[in-house]
Amino acid sequence: MDLKLKALTKSIWVFHAATSPCNNCDIETLDLLTPRHDIERLGIVLVGSVRHADALLVTGVPNYKTKERLKKLYSQAPKPCLVVAIGGCACGRIIFQESYNSPCAVDEIIPVDVYIPGCPPKPEAITAGLVKLIKKVRGEK
Amino acid sequence: MMILFSYLIFPGFLFSACVGLIAGWIDRKVTARIQWRVGPPWYQNFVDIVKLLGKETVIPRGAAKLTFLFSPFLGLLSAALVATILGVTVRLPLTSFAGDLIVVVYLLIIPAISVIIGASSSRNPLASIGASREMKLVLGYELPFILSIIAVIIKSSGGIQLGSILNHQINFGSNLVSWSGALAFIAAIFCMQAKLCFVPFDMSEAEQEIMAGALIEYSGSALAMFKLTKAILLYTIPLLLVILFWGSNLAPLALIGKYIALLVVVILIKNTNPRLRIDQALRFFWGPVTALAVIAVILAIIGY
Repeated sequence: MDLKLKALTKSIWVFHAATSPCNNCDIETLDLLTPRHDIERLGIVLVGSVRHADALLVTGVPNYKTKERLKKLYSQAPKPCLVVAIGGCACGRIIFQESYNSPCAVDEIIPVDVYIPGCPPKPEAITAGLVKLIKKVRGEK
Repeated sequence: MMILFSYLIFPGFLFSACVGLIAGWIDRKVTARIQWRVGPPWYQNFVDIVKLLGKETVIPRGAAKLTFLFSPFLGLLSAALVATILGVTVRLPLTSFAGDLIVVVYLLIIPAISVIIGASSSRNPLASIGASREMKLVLGYELPFILSIIAVIIKSSGGIQLGSILNHQINFGSNLVSWSGALAFIAAIFCMQAKLCFVPFDMSEAEQEIMAGALIEYSGSALAMFKLTKAILLYTIPLLLVILFWGSNLAPLALIGKYIALLVVVILIKNTNPRLRIDQALRFFWGPVTALAVIAVILAIIGY
């Protein structure tokens, strides 16, 4: 395993891409950064610009407008870029499957690396998902 | 050969980058402890740099390519040069050349200028806001910074050579213990905070309002260059203040203690203050801080 990927798993800078969520997943995501769950001890930092990001945290069901934005965001991020789908909506559109303004799920637009289900998922569940992401990048089981 | 070695390795680039990255870790760890968190491990900043070097460097469409990629190197080269000059001066005060203080003051502005050039060439509206704020901030803090250095020059009987300033302090005690020296030191600490781009003077990179401001379009190795420049400055500017104001005893252990004391001051100011608006910062620097520096200069002329 090369140094590049190893360094990537030790310092994942995340960019929060909210594609029309109901805000519950966003609040749980921000909980991760609070002193109680302190995700910075794993080297994970929230960044403001997508050019600095190593991972996109996607929440919500994409609609016709945010679909294009999400595609653009992914193409703007420098590769290798990981994608984490947080919440039931981002994982599989749950109750919005038949909705008139929901064209597709997140993983039909961009490749998703880790799915974290829950409505909303607890911060502990998101941490567990991120640990699974790190293991996946390292190629461990 | 010796010059290349001292520029690239020992007091220069490699050494100062390592010290600066560890100082950056101390900053992150102390911030975390103040907020009752655990904080990252000690190698975190090194890992960040290695990761950024391994990532893709995106050049935005329509950006001035050469300027965009060249400006990070400009800042890094001049910051490393300052680190070399200061490091050599601390080790062998007699080898410093006449007027190196002026060279240091000039070279310390170049990292800020490189941020401005890079941000302006990136064709991003938020980056241009960041660049304009950085420009105003440079105009703001350079005046009191140079005034407080002039106070030091007057105190050490007109020597514009780092070695002679150090010699004067070794013979007559630190500049810090006199009235003029103390006032100039306080003014210089505020300027140091602004030069390091730390809260309350980080409006050019305000993460919450203009994303990352001047650095918004930078990614990969170009961003790593900017992070390294920041790290080297975090080592260099406190060291410059120690040499100018607190240089009576520069034995290795005393030097490390003084450096850490200044670092703690920087971190405490950073963690206990909210970000100022750019007009407030400009008023602050051209008002109270400049007044403080002018008083220091007048006291130094009178002889206090």
